[in-house]
Amino acid sequence: MAERQAVIGSRVGLHARPAAIFAEAAAEAPVEVTIALEGEPAEDALDASSILSLMGLGAEYGTTVILRAEGEGAEAALDELAKVLETDHDSE
Amino acid sequence: MSTQQVSYHGVGVSAGRVIGPVLRMPDPIAAPSDGAPLPEGSTAQAEIERLTAATQSVAAQLKARAATATGDAQGVLKATALMASDRTLLKSASTLVSGGTCAESAIWEAADAVATQLAALGGYMAERAGDVLDVRARIVAELRGVPAPGIPDSQEPFVLAAVDLAPADTATLDPAKVLALVTSDGGPQSHTAIIARSLGLPAIVAATGTTALRDGMQVFADGISGTVTTNPGAEQEHLAATYANREPLPDFDGHGVLADGHPVPLLANVGGGKDAQAAAAAGAQGVGLLRTEFCFLGRDAEPTHEEQVQAYGAVFEAFAGKKVVVRTLDAGADKPLPFLTDTTEPNPALGVRGYRTDAASPGVLARQLAAIAQAAAEHQAEVWTMAPMISTPAEAGAFAAMVSAAGLPTGGTMIEVPSAAVLAGGILSRCDFVSLGTNDLTQYTMAADRQLGTMAELNDPWQPAVLHLVKATAEGALDAGGKPVGVCGEAAADPALAVVLVGLGVNTLSMNKRALPPVAAVLRTVDLPAAQRLAALALEADSASEARRLVRAELPELDRFGL
Repeated sequence: MAERQAVIGSRVGLHARPAAIFAEAAAEAPVEVTIALEGEPAEDALDASSILSLMGLGAEYGTTVILRAEGEGAEAALDELAKVLETDHDSE
Repeated sequence: MSTQQVSYHGVGVSAGRVIGPVLRMPDPIAAPSDGAPLPEGSTAQAEIERLTAATQSVAAQLKARAATATGDAQGVLKATALMASDRTLLKSASTLVSGGTCAESAIWEAADAVATQLAALGGYMAERAGDVLDVRARIVAELRGVPAPGIPDSQEPFVLAAVDLAPADTATLDPAKVLALVTSDGGPQSHTAIIARSLGLPAIVAATGTTALRDGMQVFADGISGTVTTNPGAEQEHLAATYANREPLPDFDGHGVLADGHPVPLLANVGGGKDAQAAAAAGAQGVGLLRTEFCFLGRDAEPTHEEQVQAYGAVFEAFAGKKVVVRTLDAGADKPLPFLTDTTEPNPALGVRGYRTDAASPGVLARQLAAIAQAAAEHQAEVWTMAPMISTPAEAGAFAAMVSAAGLPTGGTMIEVPSAAVLAGGILSRCDFVSLGTNDLTQYTMAADRQLGTMAELNDPWQPAVLHLVKATAEGALDAGGKPVGVCGEAAADPALAVVLVGLGVNTLSMNKRALPPVAAVLRTVDLPAAQRLAALALEADSASEARRLVRAELPELDRFGL
């Protein structure tokens, strides 16, 4: 099981637009990726490609989240996705 | 297809003549019944496949729309497309289907849970809960094989036909795609009419029978005469082309004046600071109606003194050195407020509203006047204050005393109850000015509900009886020593009627800022004696439509500008 910590970089938090960008990226990953708030048990983690789950997470700017995935390519996929989360998409 | 023409007659509430294909506003999606079982003969597996296909199809439609949209709209559409194909949503709906629930009820319930969760997060996320419910309605429409709810989407501009439009519908209306609005219900003061005028779209309301219009039918929509004609021919094509080639209206230069130099200051109706800045930029010579409800609506409790001072100050700031007429809170009837109005009244238009709320809930008005006074002291605008729904000279006197006790220099009253028009002389001997609210004055004079489409013909400010009350008000003002009379209802925004109002003795006209250029242009084509002659014609007419026809026939400039 690969794991990455990421800090939400979008000023507005994981709201509609940043959540859409991340959900799309997660859906394209070769492995199934989950997301959870830091400190929450792994079995409560949500599907990272679900925009509704991401929005329901209520992750604000600066919140730390944990990404998890298993299988071939998991490490690379998580590196990529953590980068997406840490970018401020609203400054673009 | 038949080439026979059918004409539907309604009320033209916003000028313009166009030809285009009809698209109907679909009926709202009715909620499926709670936990309805699988369709007869179907299996859970087949039902899940049907649901999956529907979500994919809705996602594809939204994605295609996103591809043609730009800016914020594109982002919102992309996000809603992802919501439609969301795996978590589909999974929880599928679990319900496996338990024996049909696809429609399952997706309805599953989306409900998500929306409730988002709403609980508050703020921005709570607003997104509406997007989830919109996606849900689209998926259910897809499952049922009916058109998606909301304003139809089309690459080609169209004439939007509806029973009536709600404020939520009009908020998503794209003026680049909609050529004209046609409703079978609604009246001249309906939301459809107000939004059409503010976007400058031709609109015909209360056109009974237009429910027969179908998607794709070509129609000629004439917002000037208030007719909709199917299968337009050469005559209609000529009219639409003439309108399209109309002379552009000159921008308003900030001087409302008749051809002979008689001044008629043109002011703006505004509902907040931003609105006031836009009105000042459009040349408005002041504010003839500041609706203070904007500061109160959608709240459970009265706004604080500081909030009010800031909100009014933002308007005064835009009109330094100019007149701003503030109307005190007009709650009740179609604008209920939880802390002021009793929603159980059997007939709220005749109940506790406007100034009358002061007797039922004393204190709110005095506190509002104190906030207006402080905001006035902090800015350079010439602040006048008036109360809505004044019925007697005694009430006018009592309000004027409150205004003066608050330290405000100028107190007046709205004339919207017929009794106030009849006794305008007595009212004006007890206050400084009056402003005619023609929308309510018409509804009360004609005993015709302004929200009812079937009453549209009676509920028309061209009604000679309404014009007689305007005249009585102007005469009362003269008797009281020539005190100012303004009009701040929708009537002032109709260029032909504006001429009549001036002829009846009205001094200033206040309107939506978009109406300033046409009203100014038409006023400049008549002198005061001509306006008085046209007013006399209208007073003698036997109906609103005859009054309108007689006056318009004498104003050839209306055609030149396509008004």
